[in-house]
Amino acid sequence: MALSAQQIPRWFNSIKRSSLITAAQLRNHFQRPGQTWLHGLSAQPQVSSDNCFLQWGFKIYRTSSKWNNSSQFTKSSGQEINSAQSTMLPSMNEQSQEIPTFDSELSLEGLDDVPPFSPLQPISEQEAVRIIADPPLPPDSFTLRDYVDHSETLQKLVLLGVDLSKIEKHPEAANLLLRLDFEKDINQVLLFLKDLGIEDSQLGAFLTKNYAIFSEDLENLKTRVAYLQSKSFSKADIAQMVRKAPFLLNFSVERLDNRLGFFQKELELSVKKTRDLVVRLPRLLTGSLEPVKENMKVYRLELGFKRNEIQHMITKTPKMLTANKRKLTETFDFVHNVMSIPHHIIVRFPQVFNARLFKVQERHSFLAYLGRAQYDPAKANYISLDKLVSVPDEIFCEDLAKASVQDFEKFLKTL
Amino acid sequence: MGAAGVARLHGLFATYKPPGLHWKHLRDTVELQLLKGLNAGKPPAPEQRVRFLLGPVEGSEDKELTLTATSVPTLTNHPLVRGPAFTSLKIGVGHRLDAQASGVLVLGVGQGRSLLTDMYNAHLTKDYTVRGLLGKATDDFREDGRLVEKTTYDHVTREKLDRILAVIQGSHQKALVTYSNLDLQTQEAYEMAVKGLIRPMNKSPMLITGIRCLHFVPPEFLLEVQCMHETQKQLRRLVHEIGLELKTTAVCSHVRRTRDGFFTLEDALLRTQWDLHSIQDAIQVAAPRVAAELEKNLRLGPGTQQLHGPGWHGDNERPSPALESWTAGG
Repeated sequence: MALSAQQIPRWFNSIKRSSLITAAQLRNHFQRPGQTWLHGLSAQPQVSSDNCFLQWGFKIYRTSSKWNNSSQFTKSSGQEINSAQSTMLPSMNEQSQEIPTFDSELSLEGLDDVPPFSPLQPISEQEAVRIIADPPLPPDSFTLRDYVDHSETLQKLVLLGVDLSKIEKHPEAANLLLRLDFEKDINQVLLFLKDLGIEDSQLGAFLTKNYAIFSEDLENLKTRVAYLQSKSFSKADIAQMVRKAPFLLNFSVERLDNRLGFFQKELELSVKKTRDLVVRLPRLLTGSLEPVKENMKVYRLELGFKRNEIQHMITKTPKMLTANKRKLTETFDFVHNVMSIPHHIIVRFPQVFNARLFKVQERHSFLAYLGRAQYDPAKANYISLDKLVSVPDEIFCEDLAKASVQDFEKFLKTL
Repeated sequence: MGAAGVARLHGLFATYKPPGLHWKHLRDTVELQLLKGLNAGKPPAPEQRVRFLLGPVEGSEDKELTLTATSVPTLTNHPLVRGPAFTSLKIGVGHRLDAQASGVLVLGVGQGRSLLTDMYNAHLTKDYTVRGLLGKATDDFREDGRLVEKTTYDHVTREKLDRILAVIQGSHQKALVTYSNLDLQTQEAYEMAVKGLIRPMNKSPMLITGIRCLHFVPPEFLLEVQCMHETQKQLRRLVHEIGLELKTTAVCSHVRRTRDGFFTLEDALLRTQWDLHSIQDAIQVAAPRVAAELEKNLRLGPGTQQLHGPGWHGDNERPSPALESWTAGG
């Protein structure tokens, strides 16, 4: 007895074109004897093309297991229903050509003896039990929370540690994840990453940042890893680089080559030192090159360091290359002019460029107030710059300033 | 952590704004640190939801499918799906300080923001220490502004400075009475004026209730100023005008607020203390004092209004020990 017709999905209004396609495929699986299919069509012959299409939706037999197939539904990034329907109309016209042929096939079978349907028709207890009336999935949403319980892909990603709340801020990424199948696509990439050396616990953070890796070709990824290995990066090095700069493998071989070449030419370091630099700070390869060029000019022209001094500083603290230009100049201005520290001492302690300026200012003024602001290694009571910037407050007060933390706090309140 | 933490986050507290930091950045930094503290709780236990699933019932024949209620795990409220529990907090700022000035800055969180309005309407005085430098004049009265004039200052002595300050205080005292709309012919008003408790309770230009010199080593001098309805720029202009009165020029090198109403330097939290626990403790410690002072203000308000006209007065600041001696002397 026809029972599938009773299942009326309420969100038929916004079934998109792709689900129209899947509906047509499903139709072949769940075809009932012609009566039921036809009835939706013949019952309302004057209906508009939209409604005619909607009747297809009526006949789709859904069970709870179907929800897990992520290709079943789509998530639009805020498309209006009207525009969606307008895209459906051209497809409608294609389908409508098929309908007459289908019609002609089935019209020969029992068109006469099946009574017209009515939703108020009484049905048996068993059929009533089989009606699946779960609340329908929203056709589009701004969050992945609505879909996570119905998609195995998303559930497995959450268990891996991927932060979906960050990914849903990028609608294309969220759409991509919803459409992917865990077994076919995602598993391959995960196995590749594990081969590379990334631990299970780190996969989550990696994928949260670089969700686009799923749209990359596995062959390309393998080629890029092979290229890096050919440049004598060890396996552990490559794993560390990929972990720290998740977008590294999205760059083509040519681009990676250009970037490595740029750093070698610009910094004029040996191959081994460039390699160490890049392994320590791989985001040099993935970030923009303009700030690096600017900073190199700043160091040379504005701050007045010589080339070998800059090379020494960069190998010690690579982060200097990507520092903010304004902060760099302000810090140098304070350290050189107010603290009166000459260039050759700054070269020995380039960590000052990574430190917060207010910290350096507060500590220096406290030492100056106590009369202990002595930064010349030749004289007594010398205070080294790296201890000044890196050490926590308690140790600074005890060892360097020889005062208590309360005194330091009282002093800070007089600034 | 979350709900309990946020329940204790309603009220006023004072921070110490260091020089060079915009007040808005301070407020944003405090908000970020509080959110970090609130979101750093332990993750909740995995949840379950009830679904009615079709399945065969044991003990009956096959092909008999019935709906049974089963608890299935759900990931909808998992922290990685939902995101952080707290994404913003409502924090308001009391009397602002400009970027170069430093000192006590009062912030209000949650319900405490309405107390900020009450504090504003209480029209309390504030204490500043102003550091000045003789011999220069600049366009914005600050030490690093564009130089306009340079003068000598050898003729300036401590007595001359004190005399000028006394004149300033006297003229502002008169202005206090005028703007407070009091009728001085009445006995109560006269007694309050004698005690030095008169001040305006509505908008007025900057009024100085007390000013004295703490330290004078030419070219530098340090003033302590008690004032209300001021901006830091007006205080710098005051230094400039003192220089002009002394027949030389002066610029202001630093403005520092030491007291804002009933919040003093001891209550102010330093940058290292801008985290959830310190702020919660500070709010708790300050709460009874805040409530008492504001209630005193409100209590005095409507009663005296009928007696004395639109302006009214109150004595809810800590009496500065210097003030009585100044009014007596000057």
